[in-house]
Amino acid sequence: MLTKTTTALVTLAALGALSGAAQAEIRLGVSVSATGPAAFLGDPEAKTIEMLVEQLNEKGGINGEKVALTLYDDGGDPNKARTFATRLIEDDEVVAIIGGSTTGTTMSILSVAEGEGIPFISLAGAISIIDPVREYVFKTPHTDRMACEKIFTDMQAQGISKVGMISGTDGFGASMQAQCKEVAGDYGVEIVADETYGPQDADMTPQLTRIRNTDGVQAVLNPGFGQGPAIVTRNVAQLGFDVPLYQSHGVASNAFIELAGADSAEGLRLPGTALLIADSLSEDDPQYEVVTSYTKAFKAAYNQEVSTFGGYAHDAFALMADAISRADDAEDPEAIRDALEKTSGFVGTTGTYSFSPEDHLGLDLSAFRMLEVKDGGWQPVE
Amino acid sequence: MDALLQFLFSGLTVGAVYALVALGFTIIYNASDVVNFAQGEFVMLGGMITVFAFDAGVPLPLAAVVAILVTAAIGVALNKLAIEPARGAPVVSLIIITIGASILIRGATQLVFDKQLHRFPAFSGDDPIRVLGATILPQSLWVIGGALAVFVGLWVFFTRTLTGKAVLATANNRIAAQLVGINTGWIMTLSFGLSAAIGAFAGVLVTPITLVSYDVGVALALKGFAAAMLGGMGNPKGALVGGLLLGCLEAMTAGYVSSQYKEAVAFIVILAVLFVMPRGLFGAKTTERV
Repeated sequence: MLTKTTTALVTLAALGALSGAAQAEIRLGVSVSATGPAAFLGDPEAKTIEMLVEQLNEKGGINGEKVALTLYDDGGDPNKARTFATRLIEDDEVVAIIGGSTTGTTMSILSVAEGEGIPFISLAGAISIIDPVREYVFKTPHTDRMACEKIFTDMQAQGISKVGMISGTDGFGASMQAQCKEVAGDYGVEIVADETYGPQDADMTPQLTRIRNTDGVQAVLNPGFGQGPAIVTRNVAQLGFDVPLYQSHGVASNAFIELAGADSAEGLRLPGTALLIADSLSEDDPQYEVVTSYTKAFKAAYNQEVSTFGGYAHDAFALMADAISRADDAEDPEAIRDALEKTSGFVGTTGTYSFSPEDHLGLDLSAFRMLEVKDGGWQPVE
Repeated sequence: MDALLQFLFSGLTVGAVYALVALGFTIIYNASDVVNFAQGEFVMLGGMITVFAFDAGVPLPLAAVVAILVTAAIGVALNKLAIEPARGAPVVSLIIITIGASILIRGATQLVFDKQLHRFPAFSGDDPIRVLGATILPQSLWVIGGALAVFVGLWVFFTRTLTGKAVLATANNRIAAQLVGINTGWIMTLSFGLSAAIGAFAGVLVTPITLVSYDVGVALALKGFAAAMLGGMGNPKGALVGGLLLGCLEAMTAGYVSSQYKEAVAFIVILAVLFVMPRGLFGAKTTERV
């Protein structure tokens, strides 16, 4: 009996393997945090990739081969992300992985992908993902440090040298707070006040009052995401605290202006991507085509505004599809990795990517655009 | 001076939010000794349903009423479907059931609605009121007023009405309550419905300040629970004072010591109070059942 069952199973497995090979499809694996505390990242990422795979297959796939997508929801749990990464490689036999919405889940997937030799594009922010460079690991979002550098460059241009910081204590806020404090000196900026708030706090006027009472504060910088930055923006207006307010790329969305209130948000600045100003991009902008086609398609498919995070997933998928189309063998992870590393001047929604053996992020500061809220909408700072 | 007043205003705003959540705990606790950990989810539902009704074109006051009624119905359903079938189970099991219910409600909300943050306009605009150099938003006054109104309502309910006394009797000794003719099943249904309605009312009032998404309930319930414990579980006066005290403690610590330690300081004070007064500031004298 036992032998019989085993034989049956082996036959089934063999049949499965045969049918898989016969279809000649490119198996792509994705593990993002579509639910759970990081759902605001993973939800648009999952939707974006599902939409793009469908679009690509309608157009005939990559070099005539359809893309078969296996998408898992790790719920923001690094342990689940590790299990799914292993399952993607061993059971689903994917040739490449995209995912890791948070730095935590990315770190889990990264070790599996690196060990098995499967190219992996991460969607998380931390600089430690690509520094030091790992052979099979790439990422699309810019780092926190680049956001800090972009903000301080703008402050320097405005003649601001003394800054009060108020940061969220969540992972994003804390990481960016540390990075900003590290690079501030390079731009002649001094952090004269350093306050924090809990991610679910309802009122930040005490912290902001402390910053206001600090001598010589010329601007306020608020690294964080979720409701915190919206409440900080409202509280700054409530207190009548009249200094320039800088937010991070974590809240770069149209929904943020709505949450913070157009009046309170007026004049605040943040480093964002071209996605936010899709409507006002000039047609000769290199990113015009990719940005408008993505925003239109996403809006049509889900009746939702695009977010920067969905943009990261868009770029990761586009880069991977491009690399697979150029690879010597579309079924060989090694060949895909090599092609990915040779990517040069690839225009995405976030910026223009050029990978090299020393740089697996491939973006520079020009990918960020300094944006300002004007009349309730985002405008590029001239 | 104006800094102190600003910290006080902030403390009262946040404290009133905690107090409103804490008040929601009292009825179910008084009826059954169960600490309902789904209370935060009731607050969240109040905010979420109002947001989506309002976005669908329903006028704000009507949207708020719809949200409160729907949430009350969900509270009743929670009692009928999960608590009543487990009647006779120890209180700890019932508390665990409410934790399960809170996870279910959160999951269902992200499927039915979405995972984004939302807000609807403040009732009386966003122009801050200036007092001696400090500012407070009109919505904060709504929240403080709402907390006071619920407090007075509950106080009258528990001390002046027969139904309120029946609730207390049910908690004290269910069999004795039945013997004197109290329909204890109905009292439980009523208490879940009322608690859910108070939670939803809180959600409607605080959403313009705190914003709302499917997962705000956990943090609110935790702070509300801490406030209720500080004031004395089951006592409306304790919930109100505990909430306001907790909010002011946090604001003063953030203002004068360091924002890093504001929650730590608040919880150390709570622990110290509970050490000296184990049943909280206004907790009833122990009346152990024999």
